[in-house]
Amino acid sequence: MKEYIPEYVGSVTKYVFVDSPDTTPQDLAIAAYEVAMGVMIKETCFGIQVTGSPDEVSRIIDALRKLDPYHIFVKDRGFPPGDQRRCRANLGGARPGYLGHEYEIGLARFISYGLRETDTMNDNDLLKAAVPIRRASPLDIDDLSTIIETEEA
Amino acid sequence: MVKVFIYPATSLMLSDLVARFGHEPLGSALSIRDHIQTPGFDSPPLQITPEDPKKGLRWAAVEVPSGVRGRMSVYGPLLDAAEAAIIVNDAEFAFGCMGCARTNELLIFRLKQKEIPILDLVYPKTQDEGVAFVASIKSFLKELGGGEE
Repeated sequence: MKEYIPEYVGSVTKYVFVDSPDTTPQDLAIAAYEVAMGVMIKETCFGIQVTGSPDEVSRIIDALRKLDPYHIFVKDRGFPPGDQRRCRANLGGARPGYLGHEYEIGLARFISYGLRETDTMNDNDLLKAAVPIRRASPLDIDDLSTIIETEEA
Repeated sequence: MVKVFIYPATSLMLSDLVARFGHEPLGSALSIRDHIQTPGFDSPPLQITPEDPKKGLRWAAVEVPSGVRGRMSVYGPLLDAAEAAIIVNDAEFAFGCMGCARTNELLIFRLKQKEIPILDLVYPKTQDEGVAFVASIKSFLKELGGGEE
Protein backbone atom coordinates (compact mmCIF):
# COMPACT_ATOMS: atom_id res chain seq x y z
CA MET A 1 0.00 0.00 0.00
CA LYS A 2 1.42 3.36 -0.98
CA GLU A 3 0.41 6.96 -0.46
CA TYR A 4 -2.31 8.11 -2.84
CA ILE A 5 -1.95 11.64 -4.18
CA PRO A 6 -5.00 12.54 -6.28
CA GLU A 7 -4.75 14.48 -9.54
CA TYR A 8 -6.99 17.30 -10.74
CA VAL A 9 -8.29 18.01 -7.24
CA GLY A 10 -11.23 20.46 -7.30
CA SER A 11 -11.90 19.87 -11.00
CA VAL A 12 -15.04 18.42 -12.51
CA THR A 13 -15.30 16.26 -15.62
CA LYS A 14 -18.40 16.14 -17.79
CA TYR A 15 -19.27 13.91 -20.68
CA VAL A 16 -20.99 15.58 -23.62
CA PHE A 17 -22.70 13.00 -25.84
CA VAL A 18 -24.07 13.82 -29.25
CA ASP A 19 -26.45 11.69 -31.30
CA SER A 20 -27.39 13.95 -34.16
CA PRO A 21 -27.58 13.92 -37.95
CA ASP A 22 -26.16 17.45 -38.05
CA THR A 23 -23.56 17.69 -35.29
CA THR A 24 -20.44 15.55 -34.94
CA PRO A 25 -18.06 15.14 -32.00
CA GLN A 26 -15.55 17.19 -34.03
CA ASP A 27 -18.04 20.09 -34.28
CA LEU A 28 -18.46 19.93 -30.51
CA ALA A 29 -14.72 19.88 -29.89
CA ILE A 30 -14.12 22.89 -32.17
CA ALA A 31 -17.00 24.82 -30.60
CA ALA A 32 -15.69 23.98 -27.11
CA TYR A 33 -12.14 25.10 -27.98
CA GLU A 34 -13.56 28.39 -29.29
CA VAL A 35 -15.04 29.31 -25.90
CA ALA A 36 -12.72 27.39 -23.55
CA MET A 37 -10.24 28.97 -21.19
CA GLY A 38 -7.91 26.71 -19.22
CA VAL A 39 -9.85 23.46 -19.46
CA MET A 40 -8.93 20.08 -20.84
CA ILE A 41 -11.08 18.92 -23.78
CA LYS A 42 -10.89 15.41 -25.15
CA GLU A 43 -12.74 14.38 -28.30
CA THR A 44 -14.12 10.84 -28.29
CA CYS A 45 -16.19 8.70 -30.64
CA PHE A 46 -19.44 9.71 -28.91
CA GLY A 47 -18.75 13.38 -28.13
CA ILE A 48 -16.27 15.10 -25.86
CA GLN A 49 -15.11 15.18 -22.26
CA VAL A 50 -14.47 18.51 -20.58
CA THR A 51 -12.35 18.78 -17.42
CA GLY A 52 -11.74 21.99 -15.50
CA SER A 53 -13.06 24.27 -12.78
CA PRO A 54 -16.80 23.83 -12.14
CA ASP A 55 -17.72 27.35 -13.30
CA GLU A 56 -15.72 27.13 -16.50
CA VAL A 57 -17.04 23.68 -17.38
CA SER A 58 -20.59 24.82 -16.72
CA ARG A 59 -20.12 27.85 -19.02
CA ILE A 60 -18.77 25.66 -21.83
CA ILE A 61 -21.60 23.13 -21.43
CA ASP A 62 -24.19 25.92 -21.66
CA ALA A 63 -22.57 27.11 -24.91
CA LEU A 64 -22.41 23.59 -26.37
CA ARG A 65 -26.03 22.77 -25.58
CA LYS A 66 -27.12 25.66 -27.82
CA LEU A 67 -25.50 23.96 -30.85
CA ASP A 68 -28.07 21.18 -31.00
CA PRO A 69 -30.27 21.33 -27.90
CA TYR A 70 -32.34 18.23 -28.58
CA HIS A 71 -29.44 15.94 -29.46
CA ILE A 72 -26.76 16.80 -26.92
CA PHE A 73 -26.75 15.00 -23.57
CA VAL A 74 -24.50 15.79 -20.63
CA LYS A 75 -23.55 13.86 -17.51
CA ASP A 76 -20.93 14.01 -14.78
CA ARG A 77 -17.91 11.75 -14.77
CA GLY A 78 -16.04 10.81 -11.60
CA PHE A 79 -12.66 10.13 -13.18
CA PRO A 80 -10.66 12.56 -15.29
CA PRO A 81 -9.88 11.49 -18.89
CA GLY A 82 -6.97 9.09 -19.25
CA ASP A 83 -7.07 7.92 -15.62
CA GLN A 84 -5.17 4.63 -15.53
CA ARG A 85 -7.84 2.95 -13.44
CA ARG A 86 -10.50 3.53 -16.08
CA CYS A 87 -8.84 4.29 -19.41
CA ARG A 88 -9.18 1.41 -21.87
CA ALA A 89 -5.66 2.10 -23.12
CA ASN A 90 -4.45 0.55 -19.87
CA LEU A 91 -7.19 -2.00 -19.29
CA GLY A 92 -7.95 -3.33 -22.76
CA GLY A 93 -11.45 -3.92 -24.09
CA ALA A 94 -14.38 -1.62 -23.53
CA ARG A 95 -14.02 0.91 -20.73
CA PRO A 96 -16.09 0.04 -17.63
CA GLY A 97 -19.29 2.01 -17.97
CA TYR A 98 -19.20 2.00 -21.76
CA LEU A 99 -21.96 -0.60 -22.02
CA GLY A 100 -24.30 1.61 -20.01
CA HIS A 101 -23.62 4.51 -22.35
CA GLU A 102 -24.12 2.27 -25.37
CA TYR A 103 -27.50 1.18 -24.04
CA GLU A 104 -28.71 4.66 -23.22
CA ILE A 105 -27.49 6.33 -26.39
CA GLY A 106 -29.73 3.83 -28.19
CA LEU A 107 -32.66 5.55 -26.48
CA ALA A 108 -31.46 9.02 -27.48
CA ARG A 109 -33.69 9.17 -30.56
CA PHE A 110 -36.81 8.71 -28.42
CA ILE A 111 -35.67 11.23 -25.83
CA SER A 112 -34.71 13.75 -28.55
CA TYR A 113 -38.16 13.37 -30.09
CA GLY A 114 -39.72 13.80 -26.64
CA LEU A 115 -37.68 16.93 -25.96
CA ARG A 116 -38.71 18.46 -29.28
CA GLU A 117 -42.39 17.67 -28.79
CA THR A 118 -42.57 18.86 -25.18
CA ASP A 119 -40.58 22.04 -25.79
CA THR A 120 -43.65 24.09 -26.68
CA MET A 121 -46.12 22.38 -24.33
CA ASN A 122 -47.70 24.30 -21.47
CA ASP A 123 -48.23 22.82 -18.00
CA ASN A 124 -51.62 21.29 -18.85
CA ASP A 125 -50.37 19.68 -22.04
CA LEU A 126 -47.38 18.28 -20.15
CA LEU A 127 -49.66 16.69 -17.55
CA LYS A 128 -51.80 15.16 -20.31
CA ALA A 129 -48.71 13.83 -22.12
CA ALA A 130 -47.19 12.42 -18.94
CA VAL A 131 -49.09 9.16 -19.08
CA PRO A 132 -47.48 6.27 -17.21
CA ILE A 133 -45.89 3.78 -19.62
CA ARG A 134 -47.55 0.39 -19.25
CA ARG A 135 -45.83 -2.76 -20.37
CA ALA A 136 -47.79 -5.91 -21.21
CA SER A 137 -47.80 -8.21 -18.19
CA PRO A 138 -45.74 -11.39 -18.53
CA LEU A 139 -47.47 -14.57 -19.66
CA ASP A 140 -49.36 -16.16 -16.79
CA ILE A 141 -47.92 -19.53 -15.74
CA ASP A 142 -51.33 -21.23 -15.96
CA ASP A 143 -51.84 -19.89 -19.48
CA LEU A 144 -48.39 -21.21 -20.43
CA SER A 145 -49.15 -24.68 -19.08
CA THR A 146 -52.50 -24.66 -20.94
CA ILE A 147 -50.70 -23.79 -24.19
CA ILE A 148 -48.18 -26.58 -23.64
CA GLU A 149 -50.91 -29.12 -22.86
CA THR A 150 -52.92 -28.04 -25.94
CA GLU A 151 -49.85 -28.41 -28.16
CA GLU A 152 -49.10 -31.85 -26.78
CA ALA A 153 -52.63 -33.13 -27.31
CA MET B 1 -32.70 24.17 -7.45
CA VAL B 2 -33.66 20.83 -5.94
CA LYS B 3 -31.25 17.93 -5.44
CA VAL B 4 -32.75 15.01 -7.35
CA PHE B 5 -31.40 11.50 -6.83
CA ILE B 6 -31.38 9.53 -10.07
CA TYR B 7 -31.72 5.77 -10.35
CA PRO B 8 -29.89 4.11 -12.15
CA ALA B 9 -27.32 6.38 -10.54
CA THR B 10 -25.11 6.33 -13.65
CA SER B 11 -27.93 7.23 -16.04
CA LEU B 12 -26.94 9.63 -18.80
CA MET B 13 -30.51 10.50 -19.77
CA LEU B 14 -31.76 11.18 -16.25
CA SER B 15 -28.68 13.18 -15.38
CA ASP B 16 -29.10 15.27 -18.52
CA LEU B 17 -32.85 15.85 -18.16
CA VAL B 18 -32.62 16.85 -14.49
CA ALA B 19 -29.80 19.32 -15.21
CA ARG B 20 -31.50 20.56 -18.39
CA PHE B 21 -34.64 21.50 -16.47
CA GLY B 22 -32.68 23.44 -13.86
CA HIS B 23 -32.13 21.01 -10.97
CA GLU B 24 -29.12 19.18 -9.58
CA PRO B 25 -28.83 15.48 -10.47
CA LEU B 26 -27.30 13.31 -7.74
CA GLY B 27 -25.56 10.44 -9.51
CA SER B 28 -22.76 8.10 -8.55
CA ALA B 29 -20.15 10.16 -10.45
CA LEU B 30 -20.30 12.83 -7.73
CA SER B 31 -19.43 10.36 -4.98
CA ILE B 32 -16.79 8.61 -7.07
CA ARG B 33 -15.23 12.01 -7.77
CA ASP B 34 -15.11 12.74 -4.03
CA HIS B 35 -13.47 9.37 -3.40
CA ILE B 36 -10.79 9.69 -6.04
CA GLN B 37 -10.00 13.33 -5.23
CA THR B 38 -9.40 12.61 -1.54
CA PRO B 39 -5.78 11.87 -0.57
CA GLY B 40 -5.08 8.73 1.44
CA PHE B 41 -3.72 5.32 0.63
CA ASP B 42 -3.73 3.81 -2.83
CA SER B 43 -6.72 1.52 -3.23
CA PRO B 44 -7.66 1.00 -6.86
CA PRO B 45 -9.87 0.83 -8.82
CA LEU B 46 -12.44 3.13 -7.21
CA GLN B 47 -10.44 4.30 -4.22
CA ILE B 48 -12.78 2.36 -1.95
CA THR B 49 -10.77 1.81 1.22
CA PRO B 50 -11.36 -0.57 4.16
CA GLU B 51 -12.91 2.43 5.95
CA ASP B 52 -15.83 2.58 3.53
CA PRO B 53 -17.74 -0.51 4.69
CA LYS B 54 -17.58 1.02 8.18
CA LYS B 55 -19.04 4.28 6.88
CA GLY B 56 -21.72 2.20 5.13
CA LEU B 57 -23.03 1.15 8.56
CA ARG B 58 -24.93 4.42 8.59
CA TRP B 59 -27.25 3.09 5.87
CA ALA B 60 -27.00 -0.70 6.18
CA ALA B 61 -27.09 -3.03 9.18
CA VAL B 62 -23.94 -4.74 10.44
CA GLU B 63 -25.02 -8.17 9.18
CA VAL B 64 -25.30 -6.80 5.62
CA PRO B 65 -22.32 -7.99 3.51
CA SER B 66 -19.37 -5.60 3.38
CA GLY B 67 -19.75 -5.34 -0.42
CA VAL B 68 -23.16 -3.75 0.02
CA ARG B 69 -21.97 -1.54 2.88
CA GLY B 70 -18.98 -0.41 0.80
CA ARG B 71 -21.29 0.52 -2.05
CA MET B 72 -23.61 2.32 0.35
CA SER B 73 -20.71 4.54 1.42
CA VAL B 74 -20.74 5.78 -2.18
CA TYR B 75 -24.51 6.20 -2.48
CA GLY B 76 -25.34 7.03 1.15
CA PRO B 77 -24.22 10.68 1.16
CA LEU B 78 -26.27 11.25 -2.01
CA LEU B 79 -29.25 9.54 -0.38
CA ASP B 80 -28.99 11.89 2.60
CA ALA B 81 -28.76 14.95 0.36
CA ALA B 82 -31.65 13.91 -1.91
CA GLU B 83 -34.75 16.11 -1.83
CA ALA B 84 -36.52 14.19 -4.61
CA ALA B 85 -35.86 11.12 -6.72
CA ILE B 86 -36.50 9.74 -10.19
CA ILE B 87 -36.44 5.96 -10.45
CA VAL B 88 -36.37 4.13 -13.77
CA ASN B 89 -37.57 0.58 -13.14
CA ASP B 90 -36.33 -2.51 -14.98
CA ALA B 91 -33.34 -0.71 -16.46
CA GLU B 92 -31.47 -3.42 -18.32
CA PHE B 93 -28.06 -1.82 -18.00
CA ALA B 94 -28.41 -1.60 -14.21
CA PHE B 95 -28.13 -5.38 -14.15
CA GLY B 96 -25.01 -6.44 -12.34
CA CYS B 97 -23.56 -8.77 -9.75
CA MET B 98 -25.40 -9.79 -6.57
CA GLY B 99 -23.64 -7.03 -4.59
CA CYS B 100 -24.93 -4.40 -6.99
CA ALA B 101 -28.41 -5.97 -7.10
CA ARG B 102 -28.77 -5.97 -3.30
CA THR B 103 -27.39 -2.43 -3.06
CA ASN B 104 -29.91 -1.30 -5.67
CA GLU B 105 -32.76 -2.90 -3.71
CA LEU B 106 -31.58 -1.25 -0.50
CA LEU B 107 -31.18 2.07 -2.27
CA ILE B 108 -34.75 2.06 -3.59
CA PHE B 109 -36.05 0.92 -0.20
CA ARG B 110 -34.20 3.75 1.58
CA LEU B 111 -35.45 6.29 -0.98
CA LYS B 112 -39.06 5.21 -0.44
CA GLN B 113 -38.61 5.32 3.33
CA LYS B 114 -37.41 8.89 3.07
CA GLU B 115 -40.83 10.27 2.10
CA ILE B 116 -39.57 12.59 -0.60
CA PRO B 117 -41.31 13.14 -3.96
CA ILE B 118 -40.50 10.15 -6.18
CA LEU B 119 -41.23 9.64 -9.87
CA ASP B 120 -41.38 6.02 -11.05
CA LEU B 121 -40.77 5.39 -14.75
CA VAL B 122 -39.59 2.87 -17.31
CA TYR B 123 -37.32 3.61 -20.24
CA PRO B 124 -39.11 4.51 -23.49
CA LYS B 125 -39.12 2.07 -26.41
CA THR B 126 -41.05 4.17 -28.95
CA GLN B 127 -41.29 7.84 -29.91
CA ASP B 128 -44.65 8.22 -28.14
CA GLU B 129 -43.18 6.72 -24.99
CA GLY B 130 -40.29 9.15 -25.40
CA VAL B 131 -42.75 12.06 -25.25
CA ALA B 132 -44.43 10.55 -22.16
CA PHE B 133 -41.02 9.98 -20.53
CA VAL B 134 -39.80 13.54 -21.06
CA ALA B 135 -43.20 15.07 -20.21
CA SER B 136 -43.35 13.07 -16.94
CA ILE B 137 -39.91 14.24 -15.87
CA LYS B 138 -40.51 17.83 -16.96
CA SER B 139 -43.82 18.16 -15.12
CA PHE B 140 -42.42 16.37 -12.03
CA LEU B 141 -39.46 18.76 -11.89
CA LYS B 142 -41.71 21.78 -12.48
CA GLU B 143 -43.87 20.73 -9.52
CA LEU B 144 -40.75 20.62 -7.33
CA GLY B 145 -40.24 24.32 -8.08
CA GLY B 146 -37.04 26.32 -7.96
CA GLY B 147 -35.85 25.13 -11.37
CA GLU B 148 -34.95 27.25 -14.33
CA GLU B 149 -34.61 26.49 -18.01
